[in-house]
This record gives sequence, C-alpha cells and structure tokens, in this order.
Amino acid sequence: MTRVSMTVDGVSYDDDVEPRTLLVHHLRERLGKVGTVVGCDTSNCGACTVMLAGKSVKSCSVLAVQADGADVTTVEGLAGRDGELHPVQQAFHESHALQCGYCTPGMIMAAVDLLSENPDPSDGEVREGLEGNLCRCTGYQNIVRAVRDAAASMRGTVPTAQEPAAEASAASTASTASTASSPGEPASQGVTT
Amino acid sequence: MIPAAFDYTRPSGVDEAVGALRDGGEDAKVLAGGQSLIPMLRMRLASPTTVVDLGDVTEMRGVRDDGDALVIGAMTTHDEILHDPLVHEHAPLIAQATETVADRQVRHLGTFGGSLAHADPAGDLPSVASALDATFEVAGPSGRRSVPASEFFVDYLTTVLEPDDLLVSVRVPKLTGWGTHYEKFNRVAQAWALVGVAAAVRRSNGSVAEARVALTNMGPTPVRAYGVEDALTGTAATEDSLAAAAQRAADGAEPSSDPSASAEYRMHLATVLTRRALQAAGGA
Repeated sequence: MTRVSMTVDGVSYDDDVEPRTLLVHHLRERLGKVGTVVGCDTSNCGACTVMLAGKSVKSCSVLAVQADGADVTTVEGLAGRDGELHPVQQAFHESHALQCGYCTPGMIMAAVDLLSENPDPSDGEVREGLEGNLCRCTGYQNIVRAVRDAAASMRGTVPTAQEPAAEASAASTASTASTASSPGEPASQGVTT
Repeated sequence: MIPAAFDYTRPSGVDEAVGALRDGGEDAKVLAGGQSLIPMLRMRLASPTTVVDLGDVTEMRGVRDDGDALVIGAMTTHDEILHDPLVHEHAPLIAQATETVADRQVRHLGTFGGSLAHADPAGDLPSVASALDATFEVAGPSGRRSVPASEFFVDYLTTVLEPDDLLVSVRVPKLTGWGTHYEKFNRVAQAWALVGVAAAVRRSNGSVAEARVALTNMGPTPVRAYGVEDALTGTAATEDSLAAAAQRAADGAEPSSDPSASAEYRMHLATVLTRRALQAAGGA
C-alpha cells in the first residue's frame, strides 16, 4: 500500500492505495466520484476524462499513485456550489448534446480543457480537440454545437473570460476549508449518467 | 481489467532511478507518462514485478538550448513540446509530428522519451529522431553513454536500452536553413500511422544540397530511405525530380501486413507520402 494525498473537486483526501489502482477506480470506488465513468477500458473512448493538475487526462490510463499531491477535477466539480451549471454543462443541456449520455462526463471535461486553450474554436478545431473522445450514439453534431455555444457564452462575459479555471480553483479552496463537503458526497447535479 | 500487482517506487534523480531498475531486476519497468505502459498493464500484456515511476525526476524534464543542438529531456510531455518555443524555432519537425500523436489527453501525459524508448513501429517520433540524426543520452549502472539514432532502434518495441538503462535526454541538432515536413496517413478513428514520412531538405541555389528521409511503420524500426536521399542530393529541387526520387522510398523496406493495410499498400503509400513530404520540405 502507498499513501496518496490528492484534492478532488475541492476536497482533500488521504488514502492508502495499491500501486496498481487506476485513478478512475480510485475516484469511483474509494471516493464515490461515480460521475466519472469507465467506457472502453482501453484508452480509446475518453469517457473517464478528468482534469489532473489542470490538464485533461484519461483516468483509466493513470495510476492513482501518479496523482499523489495533485489537484483533480471531475465532472462533479464543475458546477458552482449553488448548483449553477458550468457553461459547458449548460450548453450540453440546451443543445441536447447527448443521447445515451455515457460519453458526456468525458466530453464535457475534454471540452472544458479545449476551451481553456482555445476560447473560440471552429467546428473543425472542436472535432480535432475532442478526437480523444468517442460518442457511440454518434451524436457529434450537437456536441460540436454545444461546445461552440459554450465558447460563445464564456467569451460573452469578458471580465470572467477565465471563469472556468478561476471558478474551479476558487471552489476548490472554498470546499477544502469547509466542513460541509464530506468525502464521497454524491454529485448534486444530474448531468452524469 | 485491473493490472497485476507490482512494487512501486518513485525516485527523484537519474542515479536513484537506475539503482531502482537494477534492484528490480529484469522484470522492472520504467513508468514515464504511462500512456503505453498502463494500457499494457491493464490488458495484462505486461506484468512487471517493479514499476519505477520517473514522475519526480525533474532533471529529465524540459528543453534546453545547447549551442548547435537542443537537448530534450526524456520526461518532457508531448504537450510541453508543443508549447516550447525552442522546439518550434529549431526543430519544427518534432512539433509537427508531435501534434499528430494520439489525442490531447494522451499528449498531456505521454512523453517524448517514453515514445522513443517504447519504439512502436507505428509511433511517429522514432522516424523523426532518425531523420534529424538525434543522439540518445543513456544512463546505466556503468555510467552514461551516447547512442546515435541509427543504433538506438533494434527491433519491434526493442531498443539498445538494457533493463537497467534509462533514456535521459535526446540531443537534436538544429537544422538551420533546412525545410522539414512530417506527412502521415492514418485511419480517422486512430492516430497510429499506417505510414509516416519525416523529411528534411537543405536547398542551395535551387538544388538539393542534403536530404534526409525516414519512414514510420515501414518495418520493425524506423527506416532511413537512403535511396531517396542519394537520388536527391545534387539534383534540382523541382517537382519532377522530387517526385522521381520519392519513387525509391520503399526500396528495401519490408513493412508488415495487418488488417488496416497490406505490405503492398504500405509500399505504395510510402512513395506517395514521400513525394508530398519532399515537396513540402524542399519544393520551390
């Protein structure tokens, strides 16, 4: 067993884990972060995408021990504490960018990552940027639309153009200090499957 | 699937890592970004007894300017390569090929050195390193040594690295005044190259003064297309002469057949992609 400390969606956790434990299994089975799903288990589909130290990764291809000391954000950590959806979540909702919804947590996290680097992507850039995520309902058309809508809405409020990152880290600080968040607390939002 | 159990160690320096590999024996494995190793662990295609995680070996990260060459730390991620101004200025071929590697998530963790040490025939960076005449800096129990790209790749997924060797960095000569291009053909849903071509061309007064061409996935290791290089050297850099030289791209290559492409198709692709790569790198 190896001692691992990480902050997930603003809450700090210390656990003893087997080195072979995949980050996605640690998130789901130990921390109760079941918003992050396992899709293909072969690194192809991207359904398990989370942010590790601010960058998107496939959590089925990371060992939990590699995330020691890191800040992890799952789809459960995107919404504001008052339940207000992240602009990408809101856009997926409004554009009906999901059919079965299984790929959605990963699609949303990958989109948040893409928009943090490219705030105004073209259709082609969205498709290229989400190449690591598969939707087997083939609902890509609405996903691309939702990402572009989210980009527009995030750009629309110029003073908070950096909102996603800033919001995530603010939420992170707030909940770490707060005793209200308990480990394994279920997601309060219904965007996950 | 859940990987088989292994001992895990996370050294903080190169010597400590080499020691950990030596102590771990033949079944110890290096974990760089993990984007090839962890899927193999998960599918139980690999079951090392010890995993040596290089995540804390900060001296192996980053790109530095060393006069006539860049020195790229083996643990530099693909994403860091893509955002590195030195790479864009002095080795744009690396940036161009890296952009085609896998997807954003994989590029965030996968490393430059890891891709080279993994030596997948369908990986893009081995042929790029070959075309750039890169030198591999290796640390082992008996000290450090330099290995030229022409000797580094030995066979399918096999390099000169011994089980207790570590690829520390890669020295890439700056190709000032050269044109370079990476041309790749792959299935849309998978970023693995069916065939890729890394080309570097130095022109002088409308002629090709020097050329280097290396092929991805045309054999178990990257293949230097010496026939093309010989045909190009000293000829006029015209569309016709570049195309004529490209016809020799597959000479002597023995690519494999798989469900995505037959060997014959790969031979054909090599000539077409080489022509495109040469025209982009050295055309008027």
